[in-house]
Amino acid sequence: MLQIYCPHCQELRSEEEFSYGGEAHIARPLAPETLTDEEWGDYLFFRKNPRGIHHEMWYHVTGCRRYFNATRNTVTYEILETYKVGTQPSIVGEGA
Amino acid sequence: MKQLNRLPNAGRTNPDQNINFTFNGKAYQGVMGDTLASALLANGVDVVGRSFKYSRPRGIVGHGAEEPNGIIQLGSGAATVPNLKVTQVELYEGLEASSVNGWPNVNFDLMGIMGWFGRLMPPGFYYKTFMYPQKLWMIYEHFIRKAAGLGKTPVEADPDVYDKLNQHCDVLVVGAGPAGLVAAREAAEAGARVIIADEQSEFGGSLLASTQTLDSVSASQWVAGMVEQLNRYSKVQQLPRSTVFGYYDHNFLTILEKCTDHLGLSAGNGRQVRQRMHRVRAKQVVLATGAFERPLVFAHNDIPGVMQASSVSTYVNRYGVAPGSKLILATTNDNAYQTAIDWHTAGRDVVAVVDSRQSPNGELVEQVRALGIQIEVGHGVIEAKGGKRVRAAMVAPLNESGSAITGEVKRLPCDLIATSGGWSAAIHLSSHTGAKPVWDESIVSFRPGDSKQQERSVGACNGTFGLRDGLIEGATAGAKAAQLAGFGLGAVQFSPVELVEPIQEPQQALFLVPHSKPPSRAPSQFVDLQLDVSAGGIELAVREGFESVEHVKRYTALGFGTDQGKLGNINGMAILANALDQSISETGTTIFRPSYTPTTFGAVAGRDVGELFDPERYTSVHRWHVEQGAKFEDVGQWKRPWYFPKGNETLDQAVNRECLAVRNSVGILDASTLGKIDIQGPDAAEFITRMYTNSYLKLASGKCRYGVMLKEDGMIFDDGVCACLSENHYLMFTTTGGAAGVLAWLELWQQTEWPELQVYFTSVTDHWATATVTGPNARKVVAKVCQDIDLTSDQFRFMDWRNGTVAGVAARVFRISFTGELSFEINVSANYGRHIWEALIEAGKEFDITPYGTETMHVLRAEKGFIIVGQDTDGSMTPADMNMDWIVGKNKAFSFIGQRSLSRSDTLRNNRKQLVGLKTIDPIIVLPEGAQIVNDPKQPIPMVMQGHVTSSYYSANMGHSIALAVVKGGLNRLGDTVYCPTADGTTVPAQIVSSVFYDPKGERQHV
Repeated sequence: MLQIYCPHCQELRSEEEFSYGGEAHIARPLAPETLTDEEWGDYLFFRKNPRGIHHEMWYHVTGCRRYFNATRNTVTYEILETYKVGTQPSIVGEGA
Repeated sequence: MKQLNRLPNAGRTNPDQNINFTFNGKAYQGVMGDTLASALLANGVDVVGRSFKYSRPRGIVGHGAEEPNGIIQLGSGAATVPNLKVTQVELYEGLEASSVNGWPNVNFDLMGIMGWFGRLMPPGFYYKTFMYPQKLWMIYEHFIRKAAGLGKTPVEADPDVYDKLNQHCDVLVVGAGPAGLVAAREAAEAGARVIIADEQSEFGGSLLASTQTLDSVSASQWVAGMVEQLNRYSKVQQLPRSTVFGYYDHNFLTILEKCTDHLGLSAGNGRQVRQRMHRVRAKQVVLATGAFERPLVFAHNDIPGVMQASSVSTYVNRYGVAPGSKLILATTNDNAYQTAIDWHTAGRDVVAVVDSRQSPNGELVEQVRALGIQIEVGHGVIEAKGGKRVRAAMVAPLNESGSAITGEVKRLPCDLIATSGGWSAAIHLSSHTGAKPVWDESIVSFRPGDSKQQERSVGACNGTFGLRDGLIEGATAGAKAAQLAGFGLGAVQFSPVELVEPIQEPQQALFLVPHSKPPSRAPSQFVDLQLDVSAGGIELAVREGFESVEHVKRYTALGFGTDQGKLGNINGMAILANALDQSISETGTTIFRPSYTPTTFGAVAGRDVGELFDPERYTSVHRWHVEQGAKFEDVGQWKRPWYFPKGNETLDQAVNRECLAVRNSVGILDASTLGKIDIQGPDAAEFITRMYTNSYLKLASGKCRYGVMLKEDGMIFDDGVCACLSENHYLMFTTTGGAAGVLAWLELWQQTEWPELQVYFTSVTDHWATATVTGPNARKVVAKVCQDIDLTSDQFRFMDWRNGTVAGVAARVFRISFTGELSFEINVSANYGRHIWEALIEAGKEFDITPYGTETMHVLRAEKGFIIVGQDTDGSMTPADMNMDWIVGKNKAFSFIGQRSLSRSDTLRNNRKQLVGLKTIDPIIVLPEGAQIVNDPKQPIPMVMQGHVTSSYYSANMGHSIALAVVKGGLNRLGDTVYCPTADGTTVPAQIVSSVFYDPKGERQHV
């Protein structure tokens, strides 16, 4: 069971308080109606599934009810950092 | 009854305190301090079970978690426990145990005499023998389980109480053997908060059976001194009888503490906790879990009387029990010679030590020589002879590598063969962390691999088998762990333990002792005793093309038993490596996963059972419903009235009455459970408009609007009414089950995509109680308790809401309708829920106001063709599929959530499933919900499915059954007849009709 640092509460809390929010940094297209079906489909359905570094959203659902992002290693399950929505990760890297 | 095998030296037992118990119905006596295993051995019980496949008699082999044979059922009735190991059951007065396998009993085993059953089960038997016909698998499995015997689960509810405890500590020490004890002491001295857990009844580990002197005192005294020292630290928690059974991410470990099991079944009387699961988040972990001695594999090594060398020593030294009289010790190492010394010291006969090495001369070897014990060097025990007990060992000279027999085989009479092929580090918990074990040829064992967790292994589980080295490693690790957790400087505080250890010579890496015949021809050489996997079986798997250790494991079932291969796995891998002609490190090992030993479901559940299994939510009117005899149904966590039977009414009778009452006079529904989200902020209208398919920008204060919410893929996700309370202030109603999900959905978009929108959400579901008064007489009822709202139809219209006073209480009254009738939804502060409810019931008496539940609500809305999200939709339905195109705004400035997906080729395609009504040709038949729809019932199976029934009821108002269904292209097929093949083999014909059965023009709700 993971232990996650909520950047809003500024505390390490148990995974049970959070829910997973999927891949982070996916911006909603500003003009969806101008996109082809394929482009819209990419936004809608396609997600990374890296072996290694992954940026993902978490939701402190039974805590502050705020979304934030985490950089997690999908192999070791280490959470390398958490950061607020709207900011960028300091740890980046291709999935190994 | 006399305990034939009791020794004068009682070890750690108390011979003055007798304990009575029964095994397989026969009465025996043991003493305080015994395990069931030591007591059985004391009484000379050789056969404790029958093997899984071949039904061969089996005896006790080990003395702890590794025991593969002594698997028993404890007690009977509700508290019975299956599949316990005799080596881990502490003896208590009145204990009743029976073997889990062996039919009709272990000494006269019908399956064994018939002898054919095992031959049906070669390696891979699941795949070979029972593959076809698939239909018969259930029968096969039933028979296998009955014959093989895996214990019986109790059928009654568990009478015991269990508990869970969340804990944090600085240093968790797993295992209280010598290395663990000194590690805990160092960490404690540094000031760390320490938990030390050990699965045995008392701390000490291997020292409990040791004749070693430490710090000039006996091992027992030294352990007692250590425990006393630990007692002095207030921050040390000692957990005996506590197995750390899982090591999970981020240093989260689980411990099963057995609190009352040693006192008897249900000794806690349903009050005291039987077992407690500790869920521990540890800053640092020290693993000191020891090692398992590895048995040698030879022909018929499963006959009762073949035991682990260390187990023989343990029974002699710790329990004062000699499990036999004439011992042959088969070894590959110096260490096991201690067993010959212990046996000799106990006054029993050591027939010979059979050492596979050509010229062993270590200090222990010389001690044994000095005792005049015969040592057969360069020899191996190649076969055991006997039936229900060993009678002799076949001994033969081996070549230097131990791979072949080089001379005459001789027969040495004995009744006990102790074997040792060296030691395997107990790397299980380290493996749980994902660390990959590393084979170390120098110690003939795996070592723990590198781990991402904050842990280190010390002592035998780290492959450090010497006592002195293990103590140094333990102390160093304890100090280091404390330092990393923020305590002390990392230096060891206590002086090293003084002891003298015999110098040992290298062991030989030998796993399978050769026979004069190859494994395929020799008498079975067992690798996994519990599942009857033999060396020949592993070689057969290789011949059949299996190469990966993971595949061979699954094909042969090696290590699949309740012992999880603690004895057999390494031997199996070595034999596999040999058959593949590669090294053990190339072959690798299978991965150990939690649980380390079997864990009871009770402890996992803790107190979250019965009423506390899941929280229950009640409305403020709940007690009234209970008093009226309502039947309830679960909607999410809510308990909602399902129907209100009068007298002996059935569900159908009550619902028919309730339905007619609403349409003909007036009914009342507790709608408090509907989700309610208060939304405020200057951008509230804009935000809401982005979330729903229709627009709320021009919704005036005092008005309501029905909306449908889509996921971004265009599929319906929730629906409900949204009311404008005032400028920048809205109240959103959601489905009862969808409330939490909708709030999270709103927060997701506001926080991650449009943080610039100023809008705030608050769940107010529990703050309001809602009474829905509906039916042609609804206005007359409400008028009697509400004087300050003009209820006339031109002043208070459908889809309006008003503030006012109902029965003296401030209320919001909404003219929204889920029945299609004139309706008033009266919302008051939840504290007044029951008050206004009773006032409305009183006011409605003259109209025979009828309380109704969710079932009637469902029927009434289905008569109107109103959908229920999650029942008529399933996450793959667009508004157009639901024939609700009217709800989708065509000219919204902002592309609302899901809008773009409504023009994807897939959502536009013809022949999507569409919502229609179904009218059965026989008006009495109510279609089963979920029934599949086909065009031609005579077509061959598999038939072409056209859709399925989503809602189905009998409608008393219509006088016939009604159903909603989704049918491919259904809106163009009104009037067609389709067929529903049902589970009982009949086929129900039905006509496709409009989904609106009642009041198709929708006039009744507008009056």
